[in-house]
Amino acid sequence: MKGSGLKIYAIAYLLFLYAPILLLPIFAFNDGTIIAFPLQGFTTKWFGELWTNKALHDAVGNSLFIAMMTAIFATLLGVCAARAGAMASFPGKKGITGFIMLPLVLPEIIVAVSLLIVLRQVLDMQLSNWTIIMAHVLICTPFSIAILNGAFQNIDPALEEAALDLGETRWSAFRLVILPLVVPGIISSMLISFTISLDEFIIAFFLTGSNPTMPVYIWGLLRFPASLPVVMALGTLLVTLSIVLLATAEYFRRRGLARAGIKDSGGFL
Amino acid sequence: MTALISLRGVQKYYGTYHALRGIDLDIKAGEFFSLLGPSGCGKTTLLRTIAGFEGLSDGTLKIDGKDMSGVPANLRPTNMVFQSYAIFPHLSVAENVAFGLRKSSMSKKEKSAAVKEALDMVGLGGFGGRASHALSGGQRQRVALARALILKPKVLLLDEPLSALDKKMREQMQVELIRLQRQVGITFILVTHDQEEALVMSDRIAVMFEGEIGQMDDPETLYRAPNSRRVAEFIGKMNFLTGVVTTDGGTVSVDVAGLGRAELPASQVPQGTVPGKVSIGIRPETLAILFDGETTQRRVVDATVSEVVYYGDMTYYDVRIAGVESALTISMKNLIGRPVLDVGAKTKVIWDERSLVLLPA
Repeated sequence: MKGSGLKIYAIAYLLFLYAPILLLPIFAFNDGTIIAFPLQGFTTKWFGELWTNKALHDAVGNSLFIAMMTAIFATLLGVCAARAGAMASFPGKKGITGFIMLPLVLPEIIVAVSLLIVLRQVLDMQLSNWTIIMAHVLICTPFSIAILNGAFQNIDPALEEAALDLGETRWSAFRLVILPLVVPGIISSMLISFTISLDEFIIAFFLTGSNPTMPVYIWGLLRFPASLPVVMALGTLLVTLSIVLLATAEYFRRRGLARAGIKDSGGFL
Repeated sequence: MTALISLRGVQKYYGTYHALRGIDLDIKAGEFFSLLGPSGCGKTTLLRTIAGFEGLSDGTLKIDGKDMSGVPANLRPTNMVFQSYAIFPHLSVAENVAFGLRKSSMSKKEKSAAVKEALDMVGLGGFGGRASHALSGGQRQRVALARALILKPKVLLLDEPLSALDKKMREQMQVELIRLQRQVGITFILVTHDQEEALVMSDRIAVMFEGEIGQMDDPETLYRAPNSRRVAEFIGKMNFLTGVVTTDGGTVSVDVAGLGRAELPASQVPQGTVPGKVSIGIRPETLAILFDGETTQRRVVDATVSEVVYYGDMTYYDVRIAGVESALTISMKNLIGRPVLDVGAKTKVIWDERSLVLLPA
């Protein structure tokens, strides 16, 4: 009897977490414009509408571009920071690391508002995909560092010294020895940054120019009840994509650990 | 003969920590040289300065007559075997060994021949295709050796290379390293905290304490005539007694607490010995138990057994003698017919003035 209470709690908890998401695919295939039970029958027309919606395609295109650039830049910065954190020692290292990780806990709305002020009022820049990319790099870099820290700290510093000792320069030692060992971490970091950027709404909403990103476009659709099922269809695709990306990222993270011969100690999944 | 490696007044600071305090050292070409000392004595730091991973705070380091200041590790004629072996986990055994040849002008064929030769030399012929993470500790050690030796360095630096191996494997690798060193004729510099390992393998040993070299000699001199109490304590087992030195013309005699007065042969009197209090070291194997039925011409002293440790081939006895506070350790071979005494047994201990080592008090 002792375990059954906990079991009920666990099931209720999982339902609370995932039941709303389960509604997405149900109504995405429901043949009716009103999001309510009973269901009206099976249809794939909402997915069909996704194919023909030009504005949506533009928004998805924007988001993919932003997510890709964010993944690249955040990971690049993450590699530099994680490598410095793992292999170099310099004054104020702890403080600096703390500051870099801070955006992880800053409220996004605050970041969004202050970035808008800086970009528009101080720098007088035009809002574009690039302003969103800059902001997304800011919030994704801490995630990237968190993942890559693990990858770099698991590497024996003697490996780099061995490469130097065998005639390589600092750069070629990094390229030939360190980089191959952290590749799984890099892939994992890029996938997670990509996922975070792809569905980020608040910052994108504030900083978007004339071309909305996909989450901003979806938010716009909500004003028209008739288009809700399309949003459901789109949501179904996004959830699937997110799960696939995160699972892939986790696969690479674990493979990296296995390659370095280290026991797993946490991670995002 | 000029030195291959020559250090003069080498100092190393880490912030305020003084890691090397004035090291003067000459190592000859072809020598098997060991840096021996307890952890934190600076031996690894010294090795890493020779390799080029650490800069000098002061002093000079010359390798083969060339000053090494400003020469990075990748341009020095040294190669290193790391304590963790540092085998590249993403490369195969052959790729690991061939790593240093990347920038050489050898053809592909010559390179693979060199890799094969290096692997054969360390007894890993046929292992080239293996993944490096599938190797045992001893095999990784051999790969690290082959990888370092393939570049035919002037100096091979070994940072506690055997410390991660079990006892049997370690003894086997000691013999192999000696064989290998004779075969290739390269200068080996070994860092170790294991005095037995250093004695077995080295032509010369520098014993280091707190950033300084305490004594530098061949293994036999180091064992027989340590120059200080800390060297005597670190190398092998040593009993310590107190004594008073008196000189009378040319002869030096010492009054050893618990044993009595002994006249010392000139060869056993360190230079600069002056009358007064000294510390006397006696190795356990230079003392002996006088068993029942045995006789001796040498001097004996009454003793009581206080501890018996049986090793199979040897038995170590701790005995107490009148007038000495601490027990004396004596090692005896378990020869045929020789009994193992019990704790509390009354016995006699044989000693000899030739086994007394005069040390500064």
